[in-house]
Parts: sequence; structure tokens; C-alpha cells
Amino acid sequence: MPGKNNTADTGYQLPFEKPVIRLQRQIADLEEVQTEAGRDYSAEIRQLRNQYVSLLRKTYANLSPWETVLVSRHPNRPQALDYVSMMVKGWVELHGDRRYADDKAVRCGLGRIGTEKVAVIAQHKGRETKEKLECNFGCAHPEGYRKAIRVMKLAEKFNLPVVALMDTAGAYPGIGSEERGVAEAIASSMMEMSRLRTPVVCVVIGEGGSGGAIGIGVGDRIAMMEFSYYSVISPEGCAAILWRTGEKAPEAANALKLTASYLREFGVIDDIIPEPLGGAHRSPTEAAANLERYVARSLRELKSASRDHLLQHRYERWRKMGKFVDEASPERTEAAKAR
Amino acid sequence: MAESRDNSFVPYDPSVFDGPAMRKKRDVPDGLWMRCPGCESMLFRKQVTENREVCPSCDHHFPVGARARIEQLTDTDTFEEMFEDIAPADPLEFRWRGQSYPDRVEREQAKTGNRESIVTGIGYIRGRRVAVGVLDGQFLMGSMGSAMGEKVTLLVEEATRSSLPLIIVSTSGGARMHEGVLSLMQMGKTSAALGRFDEAGGLYISVLADPTTAGVLASFASLGDVIIAEPGALIGFTGQRVIANTIKTELPEGFQRAEFLLEHGFVDTIVHRRDLRSELARLVDYCVA
Repeated sequence: MPGKNNTADTGYQLPFEKPVIRLQRQIADLEEVQTEAGRDYSAEIRQLRNQYVSLLRKTYANLSPWETVLVSRHPNRPQALDYVSMMVKGWVELHGDRRYADDKAVRCGLGRIGTEKVAVIAQHKGRETKEKLECNFGCAHPEGYRKAIRVMKLAEKFNLPVVALMDTAGAYPGIGSEERGVAEAIASSMMEMSRLRTPVVCVVIGEGGSGGAIGIGVGDRIAMMEFSYYSVISPEGCAAILWRTGEKAPEAANALKLTASYLREFGVIDDIIPEPLGGAHRSPTEAAANLERYVARSLRELKSASRDHLLQHRYERWRKMGKFVDEASPERTEAAKAR
Repeated sequence: MAESRDNSFVPYDPSVFDGPAMRKKRDVPDGLWMRCPGCESMLFRKQVTENREVCPSCDHHFPVGARARIEQLTDTDTFEEMFEDIAPADPLEFRWRGQSYPDRVEREQAKTGNRESIVTGIGYIRGRRVAVGVLDGQFLMGSMGSAMGEKVTLLVEEATRSSLPLIIVSTSGGARMHEGVLSLMQMGKTSAALGRFDEAGGLYISVLADPTTAGVLASFASLGDVIIAEPGALIGFTGQRVIANTIKTELPEGFQRAEFLLEHGFVDTIVHRRDLRSELARLVDYCVA
């Protein structure tokens, strides 16, 4: 509904949302006039609201890949700890990698989703300036991945399923990050996830930024929130290299086919979790309810499988990632695809 | 430089990697003679090649193509290539500024004689039978697309099935942009295959040549039981210019070089190319004989 959970609190506007927000303001103004003047404009308001809903629906049904990237980065978009607070009951955060530090860009802990006890691994960006700095804007250091491995091993030991929420522009590009082996940390985390003897559900909730995201992204189920993206490189980075200017990011976003619908087509993700009309930032509670429903359902489905069966399926799921041609025999390529 | 920038297939601007491999174009004109970026001497090209592409005066390690590397490493005529028919597709129908990915692939194939940026197979190193994969830095900067991911995975599975030690020599700019997220997924795929190989008790020796970066370093290249680097090789996750721009400071001397990684505990040993064969054979004997 207009006026609720809207973007007015930060004043941040996505360029393509301007007509929607104009309409939203008109509704608010008219409501104010109605109250102040004590007159009944409800018919007009109803009409404007209908216009608003259909414009919002139309706008969000036709988002370009670049616009989707902008929505995924919206400052009011719910972040990992927002989802945790809305859908995880009895949250106990577990800090530190027991090796060097506690990376606040990756939050780990135990709690309950529905009736299931779970371990959660969540990439958190931070909202206020202070929190953003603490979280390095969601860009993890090696410690973040090592903490994730530690908590996933803990989950395996006590038979808790793992829920990973991905939201990062990428792993942190810094000296310390390299000195302490961020590449090794990401590689090890992926390898451990691939053979973790407990169900693993991964969801891209915002930005699925390259190696930084897949570092906690190897699981039995991979899903994306409707207006998130998942890519090998940021559209800006790709544009800077191939188009020679970061300004061509919208074109790069098109070429990279980084939206949820493409990824499902490629077989990279299993499911797309619907967002509320006009994106998760318009109604975080509705977004969280959808995410919770998806996670709970996936955990229920995965719970019954034997561990050997689960791991075999996970291996096969990842084994068939990718599209290539076998020039020796086209049939073998088909067989590989079907495998 | 403009052309090589355009040809890059790495997540970051390749000109940030100011290492020997990247300087090659500028400093080493085609012809009989070449200049060594390490010591500035003029070198007779043939002499360098005979010296395994290592500068005879300063030991600077030049890049080696995949075929030449296999010849250097394996016993004469013992290498049997496998999975050579696996080639890149164009799943994204990737086009940019009037260019197309299939055209680029075709040119790289013509240039290198390989269908993808890795050559895989089984050969002998001083009489020890091993599964070998060698990345080709001359093929799209050794970038990883679906075909490389598949070939690495097939090789790992073959090594698992036949209980063979596995040796992969990496040189790569990272995941290949032109296959988008499918390239990224190869990181998970290859790591999963190595997880199984590890559980089966297989020995994996990862050799890092100049440069090994980004998505390849953050997957199979970092998962060796033993990790060997070549002297001076650039080894890092993020490109140097990206880091410098982010932290607004100058990077320390020798940052992301093999010696830096040794100091910080991320490679086991640095081995001169001349000794690589014997060191590999020795390690294989210690672990699996």
C-alpha cells in the first residue's frame, strides 16, 4: 500500500521509479487535504491508488537487467540481518573464525525457522554509516569465509541444516584480504559446502557478486529473490573492460544475463522467490514471509533424504553446471547435459 | 595495450597485473631477439626457449604455452590427451561493441591449436603415471569458462577412478566474463570434484604460474594438497589497480608475488622451472608410492 514501507524515509529514488513516487506523493497529499479540510476525496484517492498499483506493476514487470541491479542495491532493501530478525526465532549469533578476527560482513548463528533448528550464514552490508563501515559494505575478508566454514562444520556435527543468504558486491579488495588468502578461503568454503553432510539452502537476497557470493553459495537448493542478481563480474567492471567505460554498465548488465529468470533458464538456480509488488524495499515483512516460506519448504523436502543420497544429488547438481559443446560427438554432450 | 585490454577476459582490468606476462607484448617484439623484463638484457629467443622459457642471465620466468609446458613436464611421447573435443559454447549469445564471443573463441583456437584454455590428459613424469592439466595463458588469458570447468572436472574424476596423482598447472586471469554466471559456477563445480578426490585419498599438486588470479585462484588452484609456485609469479584474488583504488594507498613492494605468498603461508614452495619435473616426481613418491 502506498505510504507504507515506502522509500520516503531515506528520500532515495530509483530513476525509473520517479513517476511511481510522484503518484505516491499525490495520494499522500490528497489524503492530507482530505483530513485537514474534512472532506471526502475517497473516490479520487481510490482511483489514484489503482493507477499507482498498475503503474508499479507495469514498471516492475518490465525491469531491464540494469534496473534490477539497481533494485538489488536499493538502500531500503531488506538486508541479511533484517531477514534474520523477521524470520529466525531465538537467534544466537556466533562470532569469529577462531583464527584471526570476527568479520562482520558475514554473520553466522543458530536459530529456528518455523519448526526447524538451523545454522544461518548471512552476508550483511550494513545500513547506517557506522554499521556499513563495520561490515565493510558487505565485502567479506578471508575471516568471513573461515567463520562460515567453522559454523557449517558445527551445523554438520549437530545435524542442523544450513541456510546461506548471499548479498555482496564481492569479497573485499584489500591488502590484508590478500595477505590472509581470501582466494584460499573462498575455495575451501566451496569445497566444504559441496560435501557438508547436512542440507544446505542458498538464497541470493540482493547482490550475488562473483566469487564473494559463491564462496557461501554451494548447496542443495539455490534460489534468488525476484529482483536480485548473480554474476561473474559487476556490470560496471565488465563494462570498464569490454566497453572501456563503466558508463556502459546497463549494456554489460544486458549482455551478462544476470537476472533470476535467466539463471533459472541456465539451470544455475532452482527457484525464484517472489518479491512484494514494487520490490522487497516496499514491504520487507512480505519479502521475509516469502523467503521464510521458501526456506521452510526446502528444508522439509531435503530433510527426509539420507545423507548419502543428499550428497550424491548435490554433487550431480553441481556436476552439470555449465554449457559446452563436445565436438567429437554431439550425443555425448546431450548425455552430459542429462547427467 | 589498448588491444590487450580489450582482449581481456578477467573480472578486472588486466593492465593492473603489471607482471611479466602482461609486459610481454610491450617488451618482447616478435623476432630473433627479445628483451628480458627482469634484467633488461637482449636475449636470443631460441636460447630462451631451449632454456624452458627462462632468462639465462636472471632466471626470469616467461610464460609457456600449454603444449610446450606438457613437453617440458612429461616424459617424451608419453602424454595422451583426453577430453580434447570439449569446446566453448555461447550460452549467453554474448556480444559487445560489434564483437562476438564465438568469433573470439575461433581466433583463440586458431592461435593456440586448442579448443579451450586448458589441455588435459594422462602422462608420465620421470616414469610416474599422472593425470595432468595445463592451462594455456595464450587462450583468452587462460580464463575459465564452462568447457574448462568440465575438463578439469573430467580430469579430476579420471584421476579418482584410476587412482592417479593429479597435477594442474594454472595460469589464468580468472573466470571468463563471456559465459557470465556459468563461468562463476565452474568454481563450485571444480571444487566439488576436488572434494571427492580428496576424500578418495588422491594427491593433488597445484602449480601456480604467472599469473594465477581471481576465479581460478579462488577455486581449484588453491585446493592442492601441495601448492608450488614459479618464481616471481603474480598470484592474487583481486587485481592490483582495483585494490589500490579501493584503499587509496600504494601497494607494498612484491605484493601478490610468489615470494609474498610463500611468506604469508599460502604456497608450500617456490620451484625453478628447471627443477619442476624432479620436484613433482619426488612429491608423488613421498605421498603415493
